[in-house]
Order: sequence, then structure tokens, then C-alpha cells
Amino acid sequence: MSDDAAGSATADKGLANATHGVASFDEERPGLVRRLQAFLHTYPTAIPFIVLVVGVAIFSVAAGSKFFAPFNLSLVLQQVTIIGVLGIAQTLIILTAGIDLSVGAIMILSSIVMGRLSVTAGVPVEISFVLGIGTGILCGFINGILVALVKLPPFIVTLGTWSIYGAMIIFISNSETIRSQDISAIAPMLQWMGARVALGGGAILTAGSMVMILIAATVWYVLNRTAFGRHIYATGDDPEAARLAGINTTWTLVGVYTLAGFICALASWVLIGRVGAVSPLGSQTANLDSITAVVIGGTSLFGGRGSIVGTLLGALIVGMFRNGLALAGVDVLWQEFAVGALIIIAVTTDQWIRKISA
Amino acid sequence: MSLDQVSNLTATPIAGVQPILSASGLVKRYGKVVALDNADFELMPGEILAVIGDNGAGKTSLIKALCGAMIPDAGVIKLDGSPISFRSPMDARLAGIETVYQNLALSPALSIADNLFLGREMRKPGPLGSIFRLLDRSGMNRIARAKLSELGLMTIQNINQSVETLSGGQRQGVAVARAAAFGSKVVIMDEPTAALGVKESRRVLELMLDVKRRGMPIVLISHNMPHVFEVADRIHIHRLGKRIAVIRPKDYTMSDAVAIMTGAMAPPLMLE
Repeated sequence: MSDDAAGSATADKGLANATHGVASFDEERPGLVRRLQAFLHTYPTAIPFIVLVVGVAIFSVAAGSKFFAPFNLSLVLQQVTIIGVLGIAQTLIILTAGIDLSVGAIMILSSIVMGRLSVTAGVPVEISFVLGIGTGILCGFINGILVALVKLPPFIVTLGTWSIYGAMIIFISNSETIRSQDISAIAPMLQWMGARVALGGGAILTAGSMVMILIAATVWYVLNRTAFGRHIYATGDDPEAARLAGINTTWTLVGVYTLAGFICALASWVLIGRVGAVSPLGSQTANLDSITAVVIGGTSLFGGRGSIVGTLLGALIVGMFRNGLALAGVDVLWQEFAVGALIIIAVTTDQWIRKISA
Repeated sequence: MSLDQVSNLTATPIAGVQPILSASGLVKRYGKVVALDNADFELMPGEILAVIGDNGAGKTSLIKALCGAMIPDAGVIKLDGSPISFRSPMDARLAGIETVYQNLALSPALSIADNLFLGREMRKPGPLGSIFRLLDRSGMNRIARAKLSELGLMTIQNINQSVETLSGGQRQGVAVARAAAFGSKVVIMDEPTAALGVKESRRVLELMLDVKRRGMPIVLISHNMPHVFEVADRIHIHRLGKRIAVIRPKDYTMSDAVAIMTGAMAPPLMLE
């Protein structure tokens, strides 16, 4: 059968012997590299999973029992909880081919609203809490409207709202930190996420970590088991195709940014639990750390491809590298070096996997 | 030329049979440019109607008006004899007009089943579906498999493989299956073979005949004259913003059709 036959008659004659059916697969054995590419294409979370396992093994050898101890491993989990929650919000945004530089600012702003209202203004803590969560939702909604309805690039929108929400943080907080002991005296509910459970062997599980896993499970369900989740992937994959297929991409985007704002507000609760105090500073780098976790977790910056499990693994990998290198006595600058290298490797791998085609 | 001869040469529908989709007097202007100039259109039940025309003749505008992607300035569109007006492609889809766009409008990273049900997902019955919005994945997979088998596409083994791993022809098959699967009345196909090789084009043409055999009429927009002449029952020739002729492929040669389309040959008289 010759595909390069000049006349269509020749080609049609060839067709008589052609394998019938438009959907047959070529049976030739692809090479090892191609098979690896296809495997990673089907199971993109395999890479962060392998990196995590290999990393744990290496640090267990390099840093000895200091690293591979129940207490230390649970410490890594605590250290990545906030970035993990923000990373879940960031994953939703990046799946739509967007980016959210304001997640850290939304988190701090929500925590400031909760803390100032309850401790400084004397509003009942339940109401302060609801208003704090509402602040996060509103911030996300504003981002969503600007991206989906005003049709501005997500990078520019969230760069702008990052500054605006940052200004609101200073305005509402008066640049003051609310002390931990004041919160535990007046509004202890805000510190619930710091509650700890001893698991034995020195391992400690915080309420915040459990909430992170609960949020991850819920968002996983939404992404994989509901129509809204499928629409998020479709919108990120090819917005024009999604629109022609009948998806309301505008409201899908607004919904995604709003949901991300809500998750950032929950992250503020986790943050107060972990830090104890409410500070207008800190977490300036939370935006970038959340993006790092998402990218290392194998979610594509081009949208439509990625997973929540990958993001949690990505956050754990960053936490593990920082912790393990520190315990091994490596200078902090090399921790940053390692994280940077991981980002570039992760994006390169994503580009390669995306090139697959039949 | 007697009236009898004329009616042999033109493809006027038989009196008494009502067109399933028709348009009359469609007008669309973009500034000073007239894209549609009193254009008419008739699709009969169970036929494949090809729409041909030179670039800029207005066939894209005509099709956009029919599938809801553009709102004409004037004119009437009728589906099953009753006047309709679409504000969006979704309206047209709900009314039963499915369009297979040239870019296919598939989401490459999603699975075949996901794509078939994109925008009209099925949920589990009971509170799982109504409160927890749980998708009925097994149900959708089952229906997707059945729809693809009906169209002879079940050589696609894994309904959950992503569309980007499929070949061009396979993707076209998925897009056609999606258009034909959901009780639609009319399928519009925009240049379905333009991006395909010889073998895959052949499969898609067979697929169109399959769809026609199942009683569903097709509007085929194509530049490929051999393909048009092979599958079309009638050919609507569009020129300068309006329909200038409807011919039967057996009465004319391809070069005649091209000559009429470009104005080199006078169109046959049309019976109103």
C-alpha cells in the first residue's frame, strides 16, 4: 500500500488492502523513549512521585536518621501545609492556562480581616471568620471578573490585584501584628488549625495538614467527577473548542478564580493555626512557592493538563529538599539552587510530554 | 428549452416534500461589504447537500447563520417548517443543528468519552447526582462505546484515551459521532476532509454516507470537488452572496460546477 501514490486511482487500489477502520493503531513497537513518553503522558504524576521517593532515599542516606525519622517527616508535612493549600488554589487557575500572583496576598488579607475584626474591633469571632472567608471569595471573584469578562491577561490582572490586596493589608492591619496570646485569649477559634495529634514515634499531625488533605480530596473530586471539573480542563486546553462545544467558558473562569479565592481564605485559617499570630508581613514569596509546587507537580503552565495529587507531591518535594539539604548541612543558597533546577527540569519534561501525537 | 427540460437540469425539490432546514432572503452586511445578499437555502430530509462557492462568495456567512454563530440582518430561517432564530451556537444545538467545525472543537487532553459528552454531561441518578454532582462515568462510557460502534469506529479500543493520541481521521470520527449521537436533526460539516490524507478522507466520506443512511441529513461545505461529487445528492452553488444554482452531480461535470461557481458559465434556471 503506497501512501505516496500520485493518482487517486492508484491510492484507491491501495486502499483495498489497507487495514480497514479509521481507528486502527500502528502495531510497530515504539522505542523505549517513545514508550516512556507515552507512559508519562498517561500518568504525569509518576514523575513527581518518583522524584519524591528517590529524594527521600537519597536524603535518608545523606542526612541519616535525622531525616528519616517520624518526627522530621511529619515536620516536613507541617512546613508544606500552607504552600500545599495555596498550591491547590493555584492548580485550579493554572489548569485554565492562567496564573494567580495574588494567592499569597489574598491569604494574608483574609487572615488580617479575621484577626483585626475579632481581636481589635471586638466583633464575635464566628462573624469575623465568615467575613474573612468572604473577603477571600470576593478577592477571587474580582480576579475572575477581570480575567473572564474584561478579558485581561491573568498575569497582569493578578499582578495588579497583588498590589491592591497588599495595600488593603497595610490599610486594615495598620502594619501591626496581632500577638498570638491575644488571639488565643479573645478568638481561640482562629488557632484551631494548629491543634496537634501525636501519632507515635514523635510524629505529629496538625489539624491544618488534615484540612489540606480534605481540601485536596474535595478539589480532586470536583475536577475528576463533576461536569464543572471537566469544563475547567476543557477551558484550559482549548477555550475556543470548549466554547463551540457549548461550555460557558466565561463563567467557568469566574467560578475557578472565585473557588481559588475561597481556598486561599481557608489557607489563611491554616496559616494562623501554624504561626499563631496574624502578621501583615511574611508569605511575600507564597505566590511563587505555590507556582513552584504546581509546576514541579507536573501541571502544565499551558493549561488543561495536571492534577491535585501532583501539586501535593510538588509541595512535598520542595519541603523535602529544603529540609533534607539543611539537615545535611548544605548552605541555604544550594537549597534555592536545587528548587530552581527542579522547576526548569519539570517544565522541560512537560514540554517534551506535550509533544506526543499519534 | 422547455419547462420539462429545465426541471431535469435543475435540482428543484419535489413539490410536497418539505425541507427540513431552509432559509430565505438572508442578508448580512459587514460595513460596506455585503456577505449575504438575499441568500436562500434548502436542505431536504435524508440528503447530503454540498455547499460550494469561491472564497469570499459568502458560504461561511451562510453556514454561520444556519448554525447560530452569526445573526443575519434580515431573512427567515426555518427548521421543520417553523421559523427559528438563534442567538448562539448553543441555541442551534439545542434545536437539533449540530456542527462539525473545521477545527473540530475537541479538547485534546480530555478522553474520547469526555469529548463526546462535553457540555452535556450525564450525572448519576438520585442525590449523588443532584447534590454531589457526581458524573455517571460508566453510563457515559457505555453510550460513547455504543455510538462509536454504530458508526463503525469501535476499532478505537480505549474510550478513555485522550483525543490528542488519535490520528486526524480518528478525531474527525469522534467529532462526527458527537454531532450525530444526540438525536440531532441536521449535521453541518465544515471542510471535513481538508486536513486528511487519502485513506482517512475515504473513511470520513464513508462515515458521512453511514450517517445519511441512518436518516440524518448533512450539509457539507467543501472545496474538494471529487469528494463533493462522490457523496452529495444535490449541490448548492453560492456566488456573490447568494445561491445561484442547485444542481445534481449526475447532470453536470466537475468543471461545469466550477464554471458556474466562478461565473464562467451561466447558471441553469431555477424554478421558484
